[in-house]
Amino acid sequence: MPVFGLTRKSLRIPYVLFLAVFVVAPLFVLIYYAFTNGSGQPTMRNLTGFFTDPNTLGTLCYSFAIAFVCTLVCLLIAYPTAYILANSGFRHKSVLLMIFILPMWINFSLRITALKEILTMIEGNLAMYPFFNAVLGMTYDFLPFMILPIYNTLSKLDPSLIEAAKDLGADETQAFFRVTLPLSVPGIISGISMVFLPSMTNYVVLDMLYNSTYIMGSLIGSYFAAYNWHGGSMIALILLAIICLFTLVTESYTEEDSKGIGGAML
Amino acid sequence: MKNVCKTVFITLVLIFLYAPILILTVYSFTDATTIGAIRGFSLHNYVTLFTTPELRDMIFGTITLALGAALLATVLGTLGAVGSFYSGKVSNSVITAVNQIPVVNADVVTGFSACILLVVVLGITKDTFIPLLAGHVTLCAPFVFLSVVPKLKQMDPSIYEAALDLGASPATALRKIVFPQISSGVFSGFCLAVTLSLDDYFIATYTKPATFDTISTYVVNATKGARTEIKTALWALSAVIFLIVLLIVAAANFRASGSEAERSQV
Repeated sequence: MPVFGLTRKSLRIPYVLFLAVFVVAPLFVLIYYAFTNGSGQPTMRNLTGFFTDPNTLGTLCYSFAIAFVCTLVCLLIAYPTAYILANSGFRHKSVLLMIFILPMWINFSLRITALKEILTMIEGNLAMYPFFNAVLGMTYDFLPFMILPIYNTLSKLDPSLIEAAKDLGADETQAFFRVTLPLSVPGIISGISMVFLPSMTNYVVLDMLYNSTYIMGSLIGSYFAAYNWHGGSMIALILLAIICLFTLVTESYTEEDSKGIGGAML
Repeated sequence: MKNVCKTVFITLVLIFLYAPILILTVYSFTDATTIGAIRGFSLHNYVTLFTTPELRDMIFGTITLALGAALLATVLGTLGAVGSFYSGKVSNSVITAVNQIPVVNADVVTGFSACILLVVVLGITKDTFIPLLAGHVTLCAPFVFLSVVPKLKQMDPSIYEAALDLGASPATALRKIVFPQISSGVFSGFCLAVTLSLDDYFIATYTKPATFDTISTYVVNATKGARTEIKTALWALSAVIFLIVLLIVAAANFRASGSEAERSQV
């Protein structure tokens, strides 16, 4: 049978080559560029420069602040929404859920444009409330991505667990905090990972809402505009390190089937 | 009382998610240039949208790119998923791990590193569209992979072996036995790939030719420009996309609930 095994296995060859060229090779190129200067000499300047310049450190802090607040706001809106949807007596729950996640299929730049027009009408000058607008814009953009994984976890919860808790004397609040909430942690984590990282890097939302403060993504954008591949690669590597750390932390909490939007969206 | 609270909360979330896009849709049918101004009914935004060559090219280009990238990503991702599924445990987990990199990675980093590798190191000019297409396939293929794998796991392996025992060649068995069983995963992977490509801004902005625009890059640049007739024509585009998404989701739900009803009848 080895012949058959070879045939089936060999189907992977094009994809393995593809991953090697377009996923693995760029990482090595990034590392090379991050640790060399314009004349190809090895250097640590890009790294030390980032961690000694108050501007870039400020950018790092501002990115974390925006991402943290935005993730928290998304969570505070998405959890009750997902909870109410999952526990509603409505017969076609999937239709109801669809209404809440439908906006994610509309191009984000058009949705942010819509938000911008409304905010301009309400606030007048958008530049007056940069932080508020950035959080609002990102929440508007990413909220469906938080609702979906939490809903998926909550709707799979076995209702008899809650009944058991109540039979054993827990009231509604206790049953929620001691049974439902701990069991929905995988959904929460998966939602957080889909909101936190994009809100550290999606600088277009800030740009479109006239928030001129840099976040990590904007640094890459500005190095790119200045053809400074070395500085840009270092920022990309630092972002990759943050992503790796974040993934390692969240991985252990996440269910196999809810990893990434691939599983969650469909 | 509790139900009233729930309804109010859910309604507020819905208003938050839909108000901007709905208000923009209403205003797209007027000759107003800012939201809030009360003007008469007009279809001129739709006329501009469908008759301005620049806008038409941009929409057509975005769709062509999305379909092309999704098609390539679907072929590669599906082959990769099947090949990797039948590989040994080690190579399967290596492929799965590498496949996860673009999934968790920030789009800014994926786009920037694709640009460095293909444009800066390999010297492929952006005008060939190769970096753009490669970037989008890199974005999409891992998600196709992820939506095919669960279907492979659900498959009964003995059917494939039975086909071989009955004299089918491995290629025939793959085509007639394996493929029909994973086709729903392949299809949803393709749909996901199309939506990812349509929604992308960062990879396009780092890899596209200067003269080419996708909807996202065009809209982001248009919000910085002062051309009012283009700005309001984009309102019309939002309305059209909103309607299309609504119709597709409604059709998908209708089909799903239809097959559900059939099943419950049996």
